[in-house]
Amino acid sequence: MNVNDIQIVLTASLVTLACVIPGCFLVLRRMTMFGDAISHAVLPGIVAAFLFSGSLNGIAMIIGASLTGLLVTLLIELIQKKMRISPDASIGITYTFLFAIGVIMVSLLSNQTDLDQECVLYGDITLVPLDLGMWGIPRQIWIASILDIVLIITLLVGYRGLWVSTFDPSFAAATGIATVFWHYLLMGMVSLSTVTAFESVGAIMVIALLTGPAATAALFARSLPRMLVIASISGIISCILGYILATILDASIAGAIAVMNGLLFFISLLIRKFIRN
Amino acid sequence: MTSDQFIGFLLLEEPNVRMVVAGTLLLCGMAALVGCFTFLRKRSLVGDAVSHSVLPGICMAFLLSGEKNPIILLLGALATGLLSLILMEVLSRNRLTRPDTAISLMLSFFFGLGILLLTYIQHQGNAAQAGLDKFIFGKAASITEADLRLFLFSGIFITASVAILLRGFYLISFDEDFARATGFPIKFLRLSLSVLTVWTVAIGIQAVGVVLMAALLITPALAARFWTHSIGRMLVIAALFGMIAGYTGSFVSYLAPAMPTGPWIVVMATFIAIVSMFLAPGRGLLARWNTRSKNREKTLLENILKLFYQIGEKSGQLQGNILEEDLLNHRAFGHDELRKGLKRLTSKNLLESNLLTYRLTNQGLLEAQRIVRLHRLWELYLQRYLHLEPDHVHDDAEAMEHVITPEIEAQLELILGNPETDPHNTIIPPKA
Repeated sequence: MNVNDIQIVLTASLVTLACVIPGCFLVLRRMTMFGDAISHAVLPGIVAAFLFSGSLNGIAMIIGASLTGLLVTLLIELIQKKMRISPDASIGITYTFLFAIGVIMVSLLSNQTDLDQECVLYGDITLVPLDLGMWGIPRQIWIASILDIVLIITLLVGYRGLWVSTFDPSFAAATGIATVFWHYLLMGMVSLSTVTAFESVGAIMVIALLTGPAATAALFARSLPRMLVIASISGIISCILGYILATILDASIAGAIAVMNGLLFFISLLIRKFIRN
Repeated sequence: MTSDQFIGFLLLEEPNVRMVVAGTLLLCGMAALVGCFTFLRKRSLVGDAVSHSVLPGICMAFLLSGEKNPIILLLGALATGLLSLILMEVLSRNRLTRPDTAISLMLSFFFGLGILLLTYIQHQGNAAQAGLDKFIFGKAASITEADLRLFLFSGIFITASVAILLRGFYLISFDEDFARATGFPIKFLRLSLSVLTVWTVAIGIQAVGVVLMAALLITPALAARFWTHSIGRMLVIAALFGMIAGYTGSFVSYLAPAMPTGPWIVVMATFIAIVSMFLAPGRGLLARWNTRSKNREKTLLENILKLFYQIGEKSGQLQGNILEEDLLNHRAFGHDELRKGLKRLTSKNLLESNLLTYRLTNQGLLEAQRIVRLHRLWELYLQRYLHLEPDHVHDDAEAMEHVITPEIEAQLELILGNPETDPHNTIIPPKA
């Protein structure tokens, strides 16, 4: 194991952590498909921000993605309520449309940039060690760490609101807690995670990181803090195992991590069954 | 683009273009047909997960066979697609996870596996693998004759199956319990619908790719739903919409070959859906706004006429002249609203304006009596049959008077026995 390996696994783990935080809430609120939708649909926002600022990182990107994330949430609700369409169909039509627009924008730009369709899908985490930032530490690690800190602070500050609006929305509404605000805050957090994950694991693998660790943790945890901790640990284990698997097969790291998250869930199912018997 | 190019495409002059267009039309039509049921059963996102899940099957089939035979790849795709569908069912049925988590979990696991295998195959350096990646984003331009034959066969098979099993599919989409009670083979129907869905998805991803396949299932069905209430018509309209999207989408990518076909098909389909959402008669947004504003106007006019009658009743002069202020004193109308209503009623010849006052015309009197009559009949009905207190019946009657049809009126007369007074002991005007 050399420095490169450590840097890649560290990046993957930081990205996982960023996804686990909103992921747990999505699983508890039965809204994981919103995560799927947002992670696809931020693509046009990311491309637009790229056009605007000329780089694949930085503030413009974060703003672009967060705004599109909120826009998606709004659109889905609008279609659902105004057009009287079931939530699954309104999610489906919204995100496929925005993703299609994103892919078209990418293909229009593909001559001028290194942003191509494949990198949109599964990112390229192997490039992480090549792009160094401050103090010789890869830029991606910086970005992911900062976003992790932002997300953790949001979690700590907003814990009560997120907790109540997740477990008892009607109580929350009755006691004057703005459930709508927490809903949009959560969606904003998902968009942030997507941006963090975009470059390294690609927009589509985000769904694996949002759902996998949280679903595994939900099998065991009896309280929200424990769920967050178990999910983080299982997500990081998947990163390590996934990286090893990908190295052995000489294949996509993002894909391998997604597979490991799934496998870990199935193994946990078996373990739980074994314990119960 | 020159007009020659455009006409050339329309007439399908080049054999290659003909093949691509034929393939895309078949795929989009099929997907739209099957998608109607996914949409009606509220399983749109399951379709999304399945389309991601066929990727590892395609890769495994390639690894095992070493060639890109469309039929072998299709079998592989069917295998993992169905497996994923079954796992989703098992997980949510046994309450191991919530349904939405099961969908996302299987989607990401199988798609991750697909990407893993695909990159593994690509890094092996096997020359035969070139083109496997078209399954991710779709590449309609690469449709071969062998593909086309497979599409044609699938298209016929799927359309025939839908036609034969339509009644059963219809029932499990709307009322599974009823279907079970009447002895329909639910399990068989569900399984065949799943197989058809996975099959459609497995070949459809060649045109639009894994990620956007869900749109081919959902979007035409959603658009079609706005135009009709009949499932037969919905299937036809959806297939038609799907095909239009497929045709226009491939046209765009014909003009700009660097453009991926799939996203354009999806954009076209969404465009059709948006137009349908706004313009469709009946369920469309504009039609609903129109109905709502018409209803609001009808209610306003009827309320004004009713007020004329009530004031006239008190003064003993049913067709007396009444000032605008008098009306406002009796009922909280908006000022502009009232003025608009009065103008409208005058133009309909139900009111007569006379300087600052208005009076009911003979025709207006009849209409006013009709509404007051309905109101009082309903009050009486509520009191007699629902045993409501007389002071509780007014609000409900305020709403009902605008919607009671002549048939219901006749029914009310019948069960109330042509009454003369309402619960407040005011006289119910006789029928005109």
